[in-house]
Amino acid sequence: MSARLGFIMLVHTALDRAADVVRFVAATGSPVVIHVDASTPPAQREGLLQALAHLPQVRFCKRHRCDWGTWSLVAAMQSASELLLRDFPGVERVYAMSGACLPLRPVAELQAWLDRHPDADFIESVNVADVNWTKGGLNEERFTLWFPVGFKRRKWVFDRLVDAQRLLHVKRDIPDGIVPHMGSQWWCLTRETLEAILKDPMRPVYDRYFRQVWIPDESYFQTLVRLHARRIESRSLTLGKFDHQGKPHVFYDDHLTLLRRSDCFMARKIWRGADRLYQHFLAPREAASDAEPQPSRIDRHFARATEQRVRGRPGLYMASRFPVANRENGKTAEPYSVFQGFTEVFQDFEGWLSAVANCRVHGHLFAPQKAQFAGRERHFAGGLSDSATLRDYNPRAFLTNLLWATRGERQCFQFGPGDTQGRKFDLLWFMATDSNAQISVISGAWAVPLYRSGGDFAQLRREAARLQRIESEMIEILHAPQTRARIRIWTMAEFLENPAEPLHTLFDEIAPHSAARLMRLPDLVDLTGFGSFLQELRNQGMQPVLMGDFPTTPLPPDPSHRMK
Amino acid sequence: MRRRWKIRARLKGRELQPLAERTGQIGKNAILLFATLRNEKPRLAWFLQYYRALGVEHFLFVDNGSEDGSAEYLAGQPDASVWRAEASYKASRFGMDWMNGLLRRYGHGHWALTVDVDEFFLYPHCDTRPLRALTDWLDDAGLRSFGTLLLDVYPKGPVGDQPCLEGQNPLEIASWFDSGNYTITRNHRFRNLWIQGGPRARGYFADQPRAAPALNKVPLVKWHRSFVYVSSTHMLLPRGLNLTYDTLGGEKASGCLLHAKFLATLSDKVREEMARGQHYAESREYQAYASGIADRTDLWTKWSERFINWRQLEIMGLMSKGNWA
Repeated sequence: MSARLGFIMLVHTALDRAADVVRFVAATGSPVVIHVDASTPPAQREGLLQALAHLPQVRFCKRHRCDWGTWSLVAAMQSASELLLRDFPGVERVYAMSGACLPLRPVAELQAWLDRHPDADFIESVNVADVNWTKGGLNEERFTLWFPVGFKRRKWVFDRLVDAQRLLHVKRDIPDGIVPHMGSQWWCLTRETLEAILKDPMRPVYDRYFRQVWIPDESYFQTLVRLHARRIESRSLTLGKFDHQGKPHVFYDDHLTLLRRSDCFMARKIWRGADRLYQHFLAPREAASDAEPQPSRIDRHFARATEQRVRGRPGLYMASRFPVANRENGKTAEPYSVFQGFTEVFQDFEGWLSAVANCRVHGHLFAPQKAQFAGRERHFAGGLSDSATLRDYNPRAFLTNLLWATRGERQCFQFGPGDTQGRKFDLLWFMATDSNAQISVISGAWAVPLYRSGGDFAQLRREAARLQRIESEMIEILHAPQTRARIRIWTMAEFLENPAEPLHTLFDEIAPHSAARLMRLPDLVDLTGFGSFLQELRNQGMQPVLMGDFPTTPLPPDPSHRMK
Repeated sequence: MRRRWKIRARLKGRELQPLAERTGQIGKNAILLFATLRNEKPRLAWFLQYYRALGVEHFLFVDNGSEDGSAEYLAGQPDASVWRAEASYKASRFGMDWMNGLLRRYGHGHWALTVDVDEFFLYPHCDTRPLRALTDWLDDAGLRSFGTLLLDVYPKGPVGDQPCLEGQNPLEIASWFDSGNYTITRNHRFRNLWIQGGPRARGYFADQPRAAPALNKVPLVKWHRSFVYVSSTHMLLPRGLNLTYDTLGGEKASGCLLHAKFLATLSDKVREEMARGQHYAESREYQAYASGIADRTDLWTKWSERFINWRQLEIMGLMSKGNWA
């Protein structure tokens, strides 16, 4: 058959792989014109020449020394295209590929597919004003500044030249009639379009202009095709994904299934050591499928990777992710609840909460003696130890570790002024500025255990004063403008007036789906005489304020509270 | 400062006596492995097998006066070069001067993996992609170093109970690890992360967590003769090589070094090392282990995770694929 599809191929390394691809493509009779980078060692080039010498439809074009991002790549493509069009008059379409490209489907399938899209030029061509994928800050400036040196070889000079031109407000004129467009350099054009570009009487003007454009290989054909094409399909038939820095993702053996299912015609870049990929896709096959290319699955695969590289997993602190303050994209992994004062006013609050809500309820995780894990276990998820020394060495890491290791299960724990606070209330600051935290405080409730302990009053008074001082500071932090947690603070008096309502609200947030259930409120501890205890503190010269207005003889609350 | 360590490395390099010198075999882009050891014979067969399978092309060992035939065994390997050092391990900064010397002489321009014989390097996709795929990718991305977490693995039951036979995969016995009890701070002097925690911190350093061993390591580096390891492979100079982590929320690609130290061979090792007093900070680490081993500490808890593969570690956030999908 006389092939109507021809290939131009740019190669510079891994020539053995390139030769395999050429053999595969040429086996169907398609002509291939190869451009070997002039900087490739002569011995390697000779090897390639020898390896392909027996194939009459394989030619080598004039060699240019290629430097990434410079005109030389366009020159190489021009030379190869010209030779291909001249020597193979039967060729109706030209496909541009590199030595690191791999055909995923037989050439005949590509040919048949192209036949179903007559006259279309497949070239990604996006107006530069609408491009959002460029990396490194150069977008429209690629076309309006001068770029006499390559970036890879002379980074410093390159950057200084850009700076200087920006300073001097340099602005090159774009030749009349063209509107800069950009896109992948791996295109597939019709003979008519390509000839029109190469034989355009204005070509010397355009070439002169693009010589000093930055990365012209992604804009020369993409721009000029707009002048000549009858119908542009703005997409590349070569599957190629780029990462957040504009570097191409590489395919390995483990991508085999992904690539096979994509039904794309060509993929790049392939790692040169990917034996299985080369074996599988270069095995002789009959054209059998007329499936449409479906790159979306691969798109998602690599989009996820880029997301992981750029945003990371929220709440994870590890050897290659250690965000500075406020760049965490989520300080902790999952929502959690912090209760202050609840175990003090309710009997067995922990037991009640874990019975009614589907979550893990710990005691005071930051208690001074040891971490009170649920069930008072000695170790917990992730291998956390209940040792206070270990925990206090880095309380914040203790918390983030706990929340990371228990992803999928909501954690609730008790906190209070008697607990480890970290340096300068570091821990509370961290939680208060964490949008995953739900912090609920019954202020002044720390006085209840003091009252119930019935110890030496002078000592109790000192302890009360200390706890009140700490809790006042805590509340101040919770009122700070930069907090992001869901914070609720009641004075103890306020709370006890109607405990059902606040509990109901909290419960709705912790377990939204089971909120309709009727449930018993936890029992309050016996507070008979608590008012007198507070009065006694006052009599001793202390001023207990955080619990609010507490009557000297409190009314016992109605025990039949039910939550609806 | 870097200069001082380089000079030390050069001086200490004179203490090395070649036992098997096959460095002529090292190809232009060969991936090299550097290690110091002493009396580790039972571990060596598996160690070599593991790293050969990953794609290490030449091994460079310093044998610090082994008496169990380790040096002779290694010298018999076709892809290894071995030097003997009878001098003090401590005086050579725990072998790092020797390593720096060899790296400077043979590592320049190569990807060099510097590990201990009880450390097993895991990187993303290591079950499907050889080490060369990783180094090619790092080269393309313009990265010169690759960071890891030193992940301690331990057996279920007292450490002394389960001996590791020669040639056996130590991970068959020491197959458990702690998935999330690590603490991190930044070391501003060298810009590296200082990671501590894991079973060693909770098992042996619960009352002095600050003294717990560092778990941050940068074992894989595209070596240049101007580079130098500062303290074990925890950090190196120039400092930019220690920036193997992202500070703006993203994840860089990273791996794990599985540290199969806690095996039956440890008890002998501890007694020996205590007697020599050749380890960091007056062998504080080994003293701590000795007390643990004497009372037969079992590091295993019901929250211990059994090692399966790198994907498991990736999901747990102990290592990351970054954007190497």
